[in-house]
Amino acid sequence: MIAFLIKRLMHAVLVMFVISVLAFAIQDNLGDPIQQMVGQSVPESERDALRERLGLNDPFMVQYVRFAKNAVQGDFGYSYFYREPALGVIARHLPATLELVFAATLIIVLLSVPIGVYSAIKPRSIISRFFMGASIIGISIPVFLTAIVLIQIFSIGITVSIFPESTGWGAWLNGFFSTQGNMPSFGRGYDLVHVVGHWDTNLATWNGLQHLVLPAISLASIMLPLFIRLIRAEMMEVLQSEYVKYARAKGISMRRVYFVHALKNTMLPVITVGGVQIGTMVAYTILTETVFQWPGMGLMFLDAINRADIPLIVAYLMIVGVIFVVTNTIVDLIYGFVNPTVKLTGKPA
Amino acid sequence: MTMTTNKAPSRLDRFRDSFVWYSFKRDRTAQLCLAVFLCLVVAAFSAPLLAPTDPYDLRQIDIMASELPPFWIDGADEQYSLGTDAQGRDLWSIILYGTRVSLLIGFGAVILQALLGVTFGLMAGYLGGRVDAFLMRLADIQLSFSTLMVAIVVGAVVKATLGGAFYSQYAVLMLVLIIGLAEWPQYARTVRASVLAEKGKEYVDAARVMGLRSKRIMFRHVLPNTLSPIFVISTVQIANAIISEAALSFLGLGMPETHPSLGSLIKAGFDYIQSGSWWITLIPGAVLVVLVLSINLLGDWLRDVMNPRLYKG
Repeated sequence: MIAFLIKRLMHAVLVMFVISVLAFAIQDNLGDPIQQMVGQSVPESERDALRERLGLNDPFMVQYVRFAKNAVQGDFGYSYFYREPALGVIARHLPATLELVFAATLIIVLLSVPIGVYSAIKPRSIISRFFMGASIIGISIPVFLTAIVLIQIFSIGITVSIFPESTGWGAWLNGFFSTQGNMPSFGRGYDLVHVVGHWDTNLATWNGLQHLVLPAISLASIMLPLFIRLIRAEMMEVLQSEYVKYARAKGISMRRVYFVHALKNTMLPVITVGGVQIGTMVAYTILTETVFQWPGMGLMFLDAINRADIPLIVAYLMIVGVIFVVTNTIVDLIYGFVNPTVKLTGKPA
Repeated sequence: MTMTTNKAPSRLDRFRDSFVWYSFKRDRTAQLCLAVFLCLVVAAFSAPLLAPTDPYDLRQIDIMASELPPFWIDGADEQYSLGTDAQGRDLWSIILYGTRVSLLIGFGAVILQALLGVTFGLMAGYLGGRVDAFLMRLADIQLSFSTLMVAIVVGAVVKATLGGAFYSQYAVLMLVLIIGLAEWPQYARTVRASVLAEKGKEYVDAARVMGLRSKRIMFRHVLPNTLSPIFVISTVQIANAIISEAALSFLGLGMPETHPSLGSLIKAGFDYIQSGSWWITLIPGAVLVVLVLSINLLGDWLRDVMNPRLYKG
């Protein structure tokens, strides 16, 4: 176990090293920092002096070590746009993203487990078939399109008039399929409750929750089908196993077999994949936050790219790198702990 | 059958006898999906013939005719069957051209992924040892980030380094490279897994005893036996590549609006959705979903038929 732990930690450090070299190479190659700092009128000799003083003429490795030293202490330099430390800017935007990811994860867990288990127990029922069909459609719709459709339906509203208005039924159907469209689709709202530090929460007020609903559903929509299919596949495999047959033969009630005996072993691979996918959600927050103008890290990153705000881009890459590496390492360790059959020397092949 | 004819069955005959063709004939969903997919491909690549206007030709664009609705809504102009976008381009024409761009990038990226992934996967599986450890560690690292994340970051950095104008000019090539480089580990892992299964078989030993070189054994003997999982993931990868391209374009890191793909059409239309012109964004969106869905359903069917033990995860 200790060997496994050390190996995973070594791996994590190696990955962070690679990311930091890449991030630094980006910083080194993107534009001239002197040009960003001084105006047009500064003479070349002054520029060279400044360059020398800032150590920009030093060899790559010397500069990298300096960069890494500062980065470890959380110093990524000043954001060109915000004129404050890049890490502080990220810290301010992080809670919004985390709340969005949390809300989406909640939706995924609450829906995927019951649907997945049900469609494994009754694979031929109409409801299961409906969910399997819906899930492949869900996989095929890009997350930003889901978001746009949600905005059209719930925020702008649609008026249906295809049924004949003259009959009572037609009018009712038109009214049924039309939507009001009064859900907010822009930003976090005005009613945020301050918790601690940079953390203002959307979860405490009605207005805040309303703003959270559409972005969270959009973000959940991309992962939900994957999880439903995964849980169903794992559950069906577990239901074929000997111990489930034995439990059934012993006369244990089916409910207990499904939800106590089978579900436990189903969730094992789901947790591993799930942990990794929650890290992956960071990528999708960029898309979701762009559509809903949600003031989180993803939107900040995209703005930073459009403004060529290099320190902020580099800081974002490093922070996201840390998030990915930490989730992956934790997931691997949990898997090692809960599943003793896994080969501890490496990943299961 | 071999009793009646002496000559060896041709490739077509062998295909007709195969299980793939047999199950295709019985699966209505697969037939429908293939039909839809082929229609889209043919329509997209014959866009210059089918489209009433050339959306790349500025002289044919009438800015006064912008944001016209499609034909079933009041106020439509019959000249533009699906309406026009915010620049006054005919939506039907621009969607045909846009689908062509999306398909080109999707296929191009998957070909690049397959070339890289198959080569690296073969090397890792067959040569083993340090090569294997290095390549798979690389694949692990890259896969531990989401491929979309890698694509976004690389796209952003490349765009910032080369400058927007240059990037837009070579956007198709850039997107193929970015998406191709971001997703090769999927192929490499699948190929490696089946190479490891094939490697212990006797025909490989026989080939080695005959004194064939590793390169020849890898590409001529082992590779053909790993083709079915490659086919299966290829369909899924094409769908993924098209979605990735759309996502990058939606973020402004992909095709420019003068030369749009489906993703950049959706992005361009999104700015006008609040003013009620939903068709500019939702019609290209629907085309994208139909395209990706038909590919995904075909992939599902193919996986059921070929049933390779795919790498889980």
